[in-house]
Amino acid sequence: MEKTKSPEESRKLLDKITFDLTRSIVKRDELTHFWYFLLIMFAVVGLWGWFIQIRDGLGVTGMRDYVSWGMYIGNFVFFVAVSLIGFLISSALHLLKIHWAKPISRVAEQVAIAAVALAGIIIVMDMGRPDRFLNVFLHGRFASPIIWDVTVVTTYLTISVLLFYIPLIPDLALLRDRGGSDIPTWKMNIYKILALGWKGNDEQYRLVSHAMRILMILIIPVGLSIHTVTSWLFAATLRSGWDTTIFGPYFVAGAFVAGSAAVVILMYAYRKRYGLSEYFAEKQFDYMGKLLVFVCLVYLYFNVNEFLVPAYKMKTAEAIHLRNLFTGSYSTMFWLTQIFGLILPIILMVCRFFRKPLPLTIISVFVLVASWFKRYVIVVPTLEHPFLPVQNVPEHFKHYQPTSIEIMITVFSFMAALLIITVLAKMFPVITIWEYAEEKGIEKEILAEPKN
Amino acid sequence: MKKLGASIGAAGLVGGSSFLSSCNQVETVSGDKIKLLTSSGELVEVDKSQLKPADMPDLSENQKRGREGLPGRKWVMVIDLSKCRNARECMKACQNHHQLRPEQHHINVLQMQDADHTAPYYMPKPCQHCDNPPCTKVCPVNATFKREDGIVLIDNERCIGCRFCIAACPYSARVFNWFEPRDAEKYKGVTYNIEANVPQKKGTISKCLFSADRLRDGKLPTCVSSCPNGVYWFGDQNEDAVTNGTTKETTSFSKLIKDNAAYTLMEELGTKPRVYYLPPKDRAFPFQGEIDEHHS
Repeated sequence: MEKTKSPEESRKLLDKITFDLTRSIVKRDELTHFWYFLLIMFAVVGLWGWFIQIRDGLGVTGMRDYVSWGMYIGNFVFFVAVSLIGFLISSALHLLKIHWAKPISRVAEQVAIAAVALAGIIIVMDMGRPDRFLNVFLHGRFASPIIWDVTVVTTYLTISVLLFYIPLIPDLALLRDRGGSDIPTWKMNIYKILALGWKGNDEQYRLVSHAMRILMILIIPVGLSIHTVTSWLFAATLRSGWDTTIFGPYFVAGAFVAGSAAVVILMYAYRKRYGLSEYFAEKQFDYMGKLLVFVCLVYLYFNVNEFLVPAYKMKTAEAIHLRNLFTGSYSTMFWLTQIFGLILPIILMVCRFFRKPLPLTIISVFVLVASWFKRYVIVVPTLEHPFLPVQNVPEHFKHYQPTSIEIMITVFSFMAALLIITVLAKMFPVITIWEYAEEKGIEKEILAEPKN
Repeated sequence: MKKLGASIGAAGLVGGSSFLSSCNQVETVSGDKIKLLTSSGELVEVDKSQLKPADMPDLSENQKRGREGLPGRKWVMVIDLSKCRNARECMKACQNHHQLRPEQHHINVLQMQDADHTAPYYMPKPCQHCDNPPCTKVCPVNATFKREDGIVLIDNERCIGCRFCIAACPYSARVFNWFEPRDAEKYKGVTYNIEANVPQKKGTISKCLFSADRLRDGKLPTCVSSCPNGVYWFGDQNEDAVTNGTTKETTSFSKLIKDNAAYTLMEELGTKPRVYYLPPKDRAFPFQGEIDEHHS
């Protein structure tokens, strides 16, 4: 934290910060319209795909009786994984008082909210009878890991939304009081309502920091359990490839890799699009790069455990699964995800140059794409090799190939997630203004001053 | 076993007799003729409107008694692998009884070979009706459950189609209705019978039920009574008696599994199956042709 500035200096600086950070709210050009058009169009196409799936049955997918979970479940795991970054950055790092991570926490929360909301939607889209979704609440059996998953995913979504909203309240009041005339009136009205009559006195700040602290502590067990429970959907079965005890930490470690990569990409997008290079500075990218190296190394360690130990023994059923991954039909996908999603990024990001904004963003794109395919490799190959032979069924039952409907619905999930993030970025500042101002040594009284 | 024993003769007559019991409460549109096979093997034609359910209670009562099972029973099946010659009559009869598509198998006759140089054999594989069932444990809505009499059943009026049970079952015993079921049009409006899982429903799970509806009527399961080769023994463990579906011979269950060194499938998984296998030793019909290579 910098030392306290004089009121004059503070006012000037605050004006500049507010101006910079409302650019995302004010900016509205051709590209904005085109982006919205693109997202909504693809999302609608995906919804149409879901309509066809409901009408004709899940048979429109490539899934059949043996590979009965496919791309949807892989995609679900991916989204749950990505959402976990919210808890790492805006809670764990915040509680550890790591200052460089403060400007990133709202970006991380945006990712968390969008990803966990979509995870919930994807799982409904995978159901054979989505019309019976309420049965989960009417007849829920607490012995089923699915019920645990529903419980923690909804809890995580709730806490994430609160963790996004509560630190936003002072910002909303700031925008209400000091927002420029270029902010559309309807947005100003929303700020007025959502600011809940914030006055900015010490008591209110004390309440906000108290509430945030409770939420940040609460979200740690919830965050850990959402991905652990998701991993148990697999680990609770007897199938070779899933029947392992390290799935919980293995998934959590992988989640941090995917989530950090997503946050880096979003940081870069905001930096370029809204001219925020002072806020998402080289320093933030450098540290995010270091964080990514660290979580990648942890994940690599779990990968070594997950594959090397069974490969050493080569038990019958495990051996069939591992051969399929190492040299069989999934070997290309398996090795590409390991090399481009893990090993190469680690080697590159150790060098300072590759932690600069652009190189780091490019690496993050590879890491994120690889981590999507990694989930696919976790879900599908295991199901292609059950204990008993697959016989007396048509050829397409034996190997899974996603259909265009599945791809449409998966594309929908990405577009819908990006749409949520875009709306959040267009509605609210992408960095917590009051926290940032505090870091820069601006007194709280100045924040509460109305615009002159 | 007394009741079962008395009705064995009737059960063995025709697999098709189950057709009547599954075809209940057809809507009263007259004019449509329907062909039926009587228990004496005669093909007759009756007006569709005349079909009345024999003793089918309404849906909620059916679901209630379907969950309770038959009191005092512990059903077991013994499959004699030395007798199987891959006739597949069990598969056909089963698919008719449960209204399954050709690729859906409640019972599937697999070609097995345990190690590289051991002899191949045929293995009929129904649901193992485990006493420690991995499938019912994971069901989020209690749509699949274990009954008092040992049968693992499905309520497809409740199933949400998450397919977690398919993932959990190590025996690949479960199938899903990926499309509209085979006879969806024909059985539209027919009351659901939980003990036969018919009519099948799109987007829900199905699997072998030991023909629970037939057991209630004192008959043997469809597969058991349709086998021409004496592969299947079925009965009540509490009575320690099993009956062969082909020869109608009744014997002691414990003696049968003891004398023939019976085993259960993948017992190391701890699922505790209720289906026992007699080893494929001294086979009546040696394995014909090539073994299908697609092993796990």
